[in-house]
Formats: sequence, C-alpha cells, structure tokens
Amino acid sequence: MLGVGAYRTRNRPALSEVLPLPIGEMSWALTDHRGQSVRPTDWARRPVMVFFGFTWCPDVCPTTLSDISLWLEELGADADRMIVALISVDPERDTPAVLADYVSSFDPRIIGLTGPADEVAKAAADFRVTYRRVDKDGGDYTMDHTAGVFLFHPDGRFASIIDFHEDRRFAVPKIRRTLS
Amino acid sequence: MKHFLLAASLIVSAPAAMACETVTIGDLTVEHAWSKATIGAGRPGVFYVGITNAGSADDALIGIATPAAGMPMLHETVVQDGIASMPHAMSIPVPAGQSVQLSPGGYHGMLMGLTTALKEGDSFPVTLIFEKAGEVTMNVDVLSLRAEGPDCADAGQ
Repeated sequence: MLGVGAYRTRNRPALSEVLPLPIGEMSWALTDHRGQSVRPTDWARRPVMVFFGFTWCPDVCPTTLSDISLWLEELGADADRMIVALISVDPERDTPAVLADYVSSFDPRIIGLTGPADEVAKAAADFRVTYRRVDKDGGDYTMDHTAGVFLFHPDGRFASIIDFHEDRRFAVPKIRRTLS
Repeated sequence: MKHFLLAASLIVSAPAAMACETVTIGDLTVEHAWSKATIGAGRPGVFYVGITNAGSADDALIGIATPAAGMPMLHETVVQDGIASMPHAMSIPVPAGQSVQLSPGGYHGMLMGLTTALKEGDSFPVTLIFEKAGEVTMNVDVLSLRAEGPDCADAGQ
C-alpha cells in the first residue's frame, strides 16, 4: 500500500501525499455489489462521495451509512447523478453478495465495492486511506480504518472530507458544493 | 444446543408497550435500550442505552450479559487522526449526577457470537452490571440497521 503511494509520488511530484488523488488519476479496479466491474473512469463527470468501511463493523459503518442516507434524502433528486460508494476494507468477508445484502438497508443510491486485496489496497492508497486488521481472541478480527467521507467534484478534483465526528449540519452544504 | 434454544425462545417480537422501557436500580435510571438488525448471526450486534446517575456517588458499567450473544463486550469507538478503532472498554464511568449515553459513534455494547440474527421489531433481554449498584435486566428493542435511535416520546438523545 505504501509502495503504491511512494511510486506515484516519485513519478508525479506535483501530487500531494496527503490529499486523495483526483478520481481520473486513480488506478483501482473493483466490483460492485451487483457483480459489475467498476473503474475510476466510470465515474467521469459525476460528483462522487466515498466511504471506506466493512460490513462486520457494528457501530461506525452503519452509523455513517445512516447519515449518508439522510443526507441523500435531504438532497433529493439533486443527488441522483452523484456516485455514492462504500469501499470495503475487508474484502475477505465482504463479497459482492454480502455487500448487496448490507447496502439494501440504506439509500438505494449507495453502492458497495469490493475486490481482490491488492485492488482494495490500491484504492486505499489513491484515497490516502489507512486500514489495518486487528486480530481478536478466538480467531475473529476487526478492522481499524479511516472514517471520513470523501467528496469529489464532477471533474474528479478532491473537494472535502466530512469527518466522523463533524457537526452533521455542515455535511449537506459540503455535498451540495460538489453537485453544481 | 440447549443454550441456543433457550436464547432463541427469549428473542421475541415485542408488543409496542414493551418498547422504550425504563428501569431503575438504586440511584441509576436506565432507558432507551436499543439495538440494530443484523445480517445473519455471523456479524456482531450492537447495544445502545442511556444511564443517569441521580446519586451522589460515582458508579460504572463494568459489563453486560445477554442470552442473545455468546460474548457481549463493552467497546468505545475512538477516532484518532481520522482513523476509527474500537478498543474494548473495561468499564464505562457513570459519574454522580451525570448521564452517560452508549450511542452511535461512542461507547457501545458489542454483541459477538449472536445466537440468532437480530430482526427489526424483535426484543431481547440485556443485563447491565454496575460496579456499585449491581445488576439490572431490561428489554432491548431491535431497530432497523439504519435507525439512529429509538422513537420514544421522551428520548432525549
């Protein structure tokens, strides 16, 4: 994961090591919850909202997806062109079928993305997201992961992050700024 | 197996009157216990509740027990440098004269090893174990996966 970031930085010195890449500069290939392949180029000219999480997560992930669902409802049809994606940091357990089950509880505009571990790592590096497996007693494990929601303009430029503990009233205006 | 059957029989569809239950033990008032539906029994469930300590002595929630899960634990969601982790909480302080919420994004009970999937509309009992006040059992309402809290008339969250 770090290797990918270092490679990109070396070859494109103008890019920030901290801010997510523009969507058009990203290089991952993932599969959505319907089994369709998705690449960053598929998101061209669309506003984008992305959250990294996993379906085994009992607190942060359903809370964030509930929030995103409320924001989308408030935005109504204005957000219909927006790409809204949960990218799994736990592809071992999150198959497309599992993600389909999971996202069906939330706003229908939210898609789930998963894929081979190296493609998830590539996506995380492109978004400057960190995640780490934490083993628990009894062979179970959980994942620590970046909890912010990433927003991008239709031209692919990174717009802003909605932090997990940020005042939720600021979220909808932030999203709205990417829709025009 | 016997344990499983017992647990399954304890998870019932709750009549509306059971929702939003309030229980007291000593100076503690415990209310608005809720959980979220799970996809299958493989994923952990979650437990949220509000605790008010009207007394003059500090107390602490030191554990939870439920027939609905083999390994219920207290956790805290911590976001540091933008990264969310979920460390085990040995105890959750309930200071004198204060209220503490186990709520989304903060302290919560994590119900590992569910005996059966939690379905919206069900309820199950959870026993809260306090350091000083002792134990109290209450019914927990299972809400949808995208619920943000119980719809109680007096819900102050």
